[in-house]
Amino acid sequence: MKLRRIAALILRQFYLLRGSPSRLLPLFTWVAIDIVLWGFITRYLNAITATGMNFVPSLLGAVLLWDFLARVMQGVTMAFFEDVWSRNFLNIFATPMLFSEYIAGLVLTGITTSFFGLVVMAALASSAFGLSFLVYGESILPCLLILFLSGIALGLFGSAIVLRLGPAAEWLIWPIPAILSPFAGVFYPLSTLPAWMRAISYVLPPSYAFEALRGAVAGVAPPPLALLGAIALAASYVFIAGVVFRQVYRYTVRSGLIARYSAETVS
Amino acid sequence: MSSSTEPVLVVERLRREFGRTLAVDDISFSVMPGEILGLLGLNGAGKTTTINMVLGVLEPTSGTILIEGCNIASQRSRALERTNFSAVYAPLPGNLTVEQNLRIFGMLYDVSALSERIEALLADFDLLRFRRTKCGLLSSGEQTRVSLAKAMLNRPHLLLLDEPTASIDPSTADIIRHKIRRYADEDRGGVLWTSHNMYEVEAVCDRLLILSNGKIVIEGEPQAIIREHGKRTLEELFIEVAREQPAPADRTTA
Repeated sequence: MKLRRIAALILRQFYLLRGSPSRLLPLFTWVAIDIVLWGFITRYLNAITATGMNFVPSLLGAVLLWDFLARVMQGVTMAFFEDVWSRNFLNIFATPMLFSEYIAGLVLTGITTSFFGLVVMAALASSAFGLSFLVYGESILPCLLILFLSGIALGLFGSAIVLRLGPAAEWLIWPIPAILSPFAGVFYPLSTLPAWMRAISYVLPPSYAFEALRGAVAGVAPPPLALLGAIALAASYVFIAGVVFRQVYRYTVRSGLIARYSAETVS
Repeated sequence: MSSSTEPVLVVERLRREFGRTLAVDDISFSVMPGEILGLLGLNGAGKTTTINMVLGVLEPTSGTILIEGCNIASQRSRALERTNFSAVYAPLPGNLTVEQNLRIFGMLYDVSALSERIEALLADFDLLRFRRTKCGLLSSGEQTRVSLAKAMLNRPHLLLLDEPTASIDPSTADIIRHKIRRYADEDRGGVLWTSHNMYEVEAVCDRLLILSNGKIVIEGEPQAIIREHGKRTLEELFIEVAREQPAPADRTTA
């Protein structure tokens, strides 16, 4: 692997973000809207419930962390979509860059953009609604890692789908986080779910993260083995998504789809 | 650049099928250092398919491609380090400036002293005034010049040009032809050049391959093959070959 080739992909994204407010703003805008919306909902719930329960860490924190996963996923897919939108596959895949370097470039681009998104999210949620990550204790770190790895896996898998099915399949990718959120138990304990939904939750690493975070807010230490297992599961999904992406790439080279991605646009 | 007398490109028994359609049918050829090899043929004759296979973006059904001895199938990255291309259907991303595109592709090709190389190419291809212009805002001729500058970034030993002058005015096309000729003569790069401009091909190419139905039907130096077939011009010869070509429906695998 050559770091310079990976850096080229990150630099490309930096140039695009710097030169295009329409790319820069969505990194923060939708998250900010979510935080404002859920911030006021939690404030309202805090006011009307007699239990004295603080909904900020359980609801607003959950929104923020789920948005973090979605941002990581979108960071990866957006970097890939830039090649789709600019019809750049022929140019980029005719360079000496290895496919593993391409994947590494997408992932590092996703990390960079989602990191800035997380900082802005956390600052806004903290300053406007008093959300502090400290309330989760040290369990926040493994949970962030689980969400981060899950976002990368979804991003790579989504990119593989678009590479295989064509640019129009982009619309299949954007709703993926929304589809998964009911199963991940973002806002409620998994015990709330019917058995068939719980069965799906068990294979979704974020569900362990949100259970752990809810437990931390309630003063229950998260089971370390469950978190470790979820980290391993998420890491294995990253690996599997990378393999799937690579296999799809090989298929597109075998079938000629990569070359036609550009050539078709001329006619 | 290497002063080797070994071919920069060796293509052996290359074949590509798309379903039951035979796009490239068992072709073999080589490109020597300093040689410009013209690849001619009707639309759909297999020229772009051949170039895509040499670039490693399309897998051959069978056959071997060696770039300076590196097999594109097993040593893709090493083979492509010494290769580059420009094609009319593959413009550089329009949402980046000329300089940004050259920098990114220079990094992808791991070009040393990249800033100096970019400056030299911007000057050489008359792009200095466009350095901060997004490629999508350039005219098609200007985009072609940017694409050619990208193709020269890594001082390729093998340069693939798919209709490089198709969208540019005659004066600029002439300048481009001279640049490519100079690159072949002085830097000893090998060039595989496709074009539908017979005047251009006759003037620039050292040797020609005419493809029909994915097969090489004529091969040789431009003037020699014109004489051998009793024609006055290359265009006459090309038209004769084109009219002998069967309909695409007949091009199926056995």
